[in-house]
Amino acid sequence: MGLAKRIIPCLDVDNGRVVKGVKFVDIRDAGDPVEIARRYDTEGADELTFLDITASSDDRETMVHVVEQVASQVFIPLTVGGGIRTVADIRRMLNAGADKVAINTAAVFNPEFVGEAAARFGSQCIVVAIDAKRVSGEGEPPRWEIFTHGGRKPTGIDAVEWARRMVALGAGEILLTSMDRDGTRSGFDLALTRAVCEAVSVPVIASGGVGDLDHLAEGVLEGKADAVLAASIFHFAEHTIEEAKRRMAERGIEVRL
Amino acid sequence: MSSVAVIDYGMGNLRSVSKALEHMAPAGTRVVVTDSAIRILAADRVVFPGVGAARDCMHEIRARGLEDVIRQAARLKPFLGICMGMQVLLEHSEENGGTPCLGVLPGAVRYFGERLSDPRSGERLKIPHMGWNQVRQTRPHPLWSGIAQDTRFYFVHSYYVDPADAALSAASTDYGLRFTAAVARDNLFAVQFHPEKSQQAGLQLLANFLAWDGTD
Repeated sequence: MGLAKRIIPCLDVDNGRVVKGVKFVDIRDAGDPVEIARRYDTEGADELTFLDITASSDDRETMVHVVEQVASQVFIPLTVGGGIRTVADIRRMLNAGADKVAINTAAVFNPEFVGEAAARFGSQCIVVAIDAKRVSGEGEPPRWEIFTHGGRKPTGIDAVEWARRMVALGAGEILLTSMDRDGTRSGFDLALTRAVCEAVSVPVIASGGVGDLDHLAEGVLEGKADAVLAASIFHFAEHTIEEAKRRMAERGIEVRL
Repeated sequence: MSSVAVIDYGMGNLRSVSKALEHMAPAGTRVVVTDSAIRILAADRVVFPGVGAARDCMHEIRARGLEDVIRQAARLKPFLGICMGMQVLLEHSEENGGTPCLGVLPGAVRYFGERLSDPRSGERLKIPHMGWNQVRQTRPHPLWSGIAQDTRFYFVHSYYVDPADAALSAASTDYGLRFTAAVARDNLFAVQFHPEKSQQAGLQLLANFLAWDGTD
């Protein structure tokens, strides 16, 4: 027995409300992040990730209040991503009760920001989010690049090299999303996941493409991920976190039950 | 009215610690987050949390003149160290090329190492040790009340404490090697994991601390 593989539900929050529809029979307000967070906590989520997709930076303050409310009622680790661009953004989220922040685009435009953030707050709370897309053709050795702007803009940066560099700068964890698989429900990009997991010394969270419970198990067994993140399979109450953990346990994965 | 001081020395997020304490505190308990020596020494109980690097922690503690205050509190009243707040209680840490610490407890803080692997599977283990791992209670203690043997708690750390006196250990956890996950001595209890982030089990431990009179 030892360290458990983690299951992390992800909530997209727009201006203080959870979007992409969450359907639980016994939840009164399906858009309330606090109510949903409590539900996942009760089901046994190992951590929670909130992604702030609010377009206007003026409305970011709303996210701070969401984090404050969740953190005063749910006692598991909370990660907040989306719009984290400055040391002040990080401090605000940590003071509100977040345990980690996920830095995405800001790292691409200014890699030193990751180093600065890790030096200031400690690597343990700095997650670097990597959005990667396969750029190699059929039959070529696989290669993935970093994309920004929701997967629309290529950067020419190799994803595996980038992960190594982010860890060298001080990232304590990598949140790896396959932009090819995101929203497809066809499973993680296992080759990408495995390539990054084997390249870095820090934990890696696999994300993008989960459509059923076996996908979660495959992320760990074949992708070698330390944690798996999913949104829609939990939001629509197709599966509870507990079911996901039982399936993973059946497949020989150590989980917290 | 009972009071709990959470020592604030500028290292990270104390809100989750204070919120979790407030969540579990009996009515009439006051939880204060403070760097004031007077308020720390006046409190009935003291919680010493902390995240980040050992050198920064020690720097901030010294900058606030809290070294002796912490040593005194750790001798006099129910005292709970959490994570970095546990590590800096020892004499020395390997972190940041070697950092002298408070020396409340004999022993050192060691790095897991670059090449940590699972002794059974041979698989490489990631650093930091991050996530939910099992805590094996190595002795009975009031703070373990209502918490089952091998319960999982949330950890995030790259260094672990290695007390010079094995009798100090109150729990162990396996991650490539067997390390000390909790220490206990008289009125002092300290844990490597984060009870404030460990859901039911963590809240139970905090409730036990809030009810503890500081004796074994």
